[in-house]
Amino acid sequence: MLVLKNIDVFYGKVHAVKKVSLHVDQGEIVALIGGNGAGKTTLLSTISGLIRAGRGQIVFEGREINRQKPDKIVKSGISQVPERRLVFKPLSVEDNLLLGSYHRYSLGRSASIGRDVEEIFAMFPVLGERRNQPAGTLSGGEQQMLSIGRALMAKPRLLLLDEPGMGLAPAISQMIFRHVSKLRDELGATVLLVEQNARSALKISDRGYVLETGRVIVQGTSKELMQNNDVQRAYLGRDAGESGR
Amino acid sequence: MYFEQKYECMNREDLEQLKLERLQAALTRISRNVPYYRKKFDELGIDPYDFDSLEDLNKLPFTTRSDLALHAPYGLFAVPLREVVRLHGTYGLKGKSIVVGYTINDIHRWSRLSARVLMAGGVTKDDVIQVAYNYGLSTSGFGIHYGAEEMGATVVPASSGNTNRQISIIQDYNVTTLVCIPSYALYLADRLEDMGININALSLRTGLFGEETWTEETRAEIQEKLKITAADNYALSEVMGPGVAGECLERKGMHINEDHFLPEVIDPKTLQPVESGQAGELVLTTLTKEALPLIRFRTGDLTRLVYDPCPCGRTFVRMQRITGRCDDMLIIQGINVFPDQISSILASTEGKMPNYQIVLEREGRLDKATVLVEADVLIPDKVKEQQRFIENIKQRLAMELGVFFDVRLVELGSMLFEGERVVPVVDKRTF
Repeated sequence: MLVLKNIDVFYGKVHAVKKVSLHVDQGEIVALIGGNGAGKTTLLSTISGLIRAGRGQIVFEGREINRQKPDKIVKSGISQVPERRLVFKPLSVEDNLLLGSYHRYSLGRSASIGRDVEEIFAMFPVLGERRNQPAGTLSGGEQQMLSIGRALMAKPRLLLLDEPGMGLAPAISQMIFRHVSKLRDELGATVLLVEQNARSALKISDRGYVLETGRVIVQGTSKELMQNNDVQRAYLGRDAGESGR
Repeated sequence: MYFEQKYECMNREDLEQLKLERLQAALTRISRNVPYYRKKFDELGIDPYDFDSLEDLNKLPFTTRSDLALHAPYGLFAVPLREVVRLHGTYGLKGKSIVVGYTINDIHRWSRLSARVLMAGGVTKDDVIQVAYNYGLSTSGFGIHYGAEEMGATVVPASSGNTNRQISIIQDYNVTTLVCIPSYALYLADRLEDMGININALSLRTGLFGEETWTEETRAEIQEKLKITAADNYALSEVMGPGVAGECLERKGMHINEDHFLPEVIDPKTLQPVESGQAGELVLTTLTKEALPLIRFRTGDLTRLVYDPCPCGRTFVRMQRITGRCDDMLIIQGINVFPDQISSILASTEGKMPNYQIVLEREGRLDKATVLVEADVLIPDKVKEQQRFIENIKQRLAMELGVFFDVRLVELGSMLFEGERVVPVVDKRTF
């Protein structure tokens, strides 16, 4: 569905992403894990067109998208849920959701968009309860749900999720991850998930790539990655020497 | 039947992408963790982080058996020893050990790849598999064993030798699948016949054979005599063991598990890639091995690659039967032996290097190996001493090489010469 080939990204002279190749198949949850500054968010933003790749190829559903503008990329079926959620705080919950579908908006379609909003509320009932509240008054977990809901309003076929668990209490963060699983299982969504919390990410994903200083150093099924000693030591906070395998 | 259809039947375009992703990650790990390769890359001016096309594979350095032996035991490992859960071994040049390590992930992957090969060869999870390969440092016994368990079949770890016991296991355990070297399958067939056992009353239906060179004629004979379908597979201890490549039921070559091993064929003299479809030396690059990844390992085996689509649905390239070797490695009773190893044993036993000749023959179905040693240089006419010398060498050869050799003292004149020189190896075996 999504194929990246030899992507290079530069920030000025800093070579942030080096010849990264990866792919996401239809219906998969793929995790991109790695420490701070590994290039995870950079890569995600490159896919959604917010950052230009210096070199390389991004192909989505058979079409090259690396020269396209972000709005075109959203229209072609990719939505990003940004790091730190970035909801529009003064706007109501419902308006935030509506903004997610602005590119679909036309007079004739308002009814179908209204139905989509209701679907999001069915998925996240707490958002429905607060539909008229300003988004800024929501808790962190609720804002994350809103941010995901807003991305879903664009009817994406591929969802890019950037650190959905960041800054949330562990229980809330787990709930968010459960929602991500549900998106795939019940709606058939395809997800590329960036996460520092490798354990939570690998638990719900099918495959994963580990980035270190802009390079993929390991890739494989999530099960394999959980048993890889490099991954265990660096990202699962476990010393390989004493790990129960 | 497929074990991992998603991969085995992957379309070529997706496969190319997967291979590139895996090779890039492997090169990153290798250059970070294996000083030997890092140095090689530096010398050749290769930036492994800049590697962006499978076409550039031939710019990477080769790895040979002597590289492996030279850095043995653990110099080429890409992980610390404490992450290695298994060691297998074989011999490199000059009799030095080659040690091959596996992480727990390597073992799991190996099991799955071996299961693919078994299933491609017609084995199912309902089969009772008698593994008559040697279980030990060599990879064959364990490789098939784990693959069979992975696919859910029933394994009888019979190991090699003791033919009467093997035959009673076939009968008593209702064995349906036999796994061993092909010459041993023929030997078993003869013994069954000698013993007057009705083959049709046995449950055997399939066999998976490998480890030594064999031919279509041998296959026909095995199939006829044991009333089974026989499939070929290709493996080598340095790279992984069973699971590298296996025949499907079309029997038009062995599918290389290309998502884990990148194959090339080179001209062993010029070291350049041969034209597509031409014969040459098989070179393999591992894509996913964690403990001992290998870049462009020269197998020494001569074959050619066929990229035409296979009617079985697998998209992986097929390698043809091995037609020979481009180095002096001998395969005796399925075990790799270098003439060098024999000469160093001879030299160290008597303190100087005698003239010698290795003679390989078929005795009935099995390989018979003899070392002829020049008599007069060694010892005066003392029968007892000669006997002791012979026994000593026999024992050392058997212990150090794992192959039983007959040793005979002969006059120089009775050896085969080529001009002035004694021919080191006389291989009279017909395959």
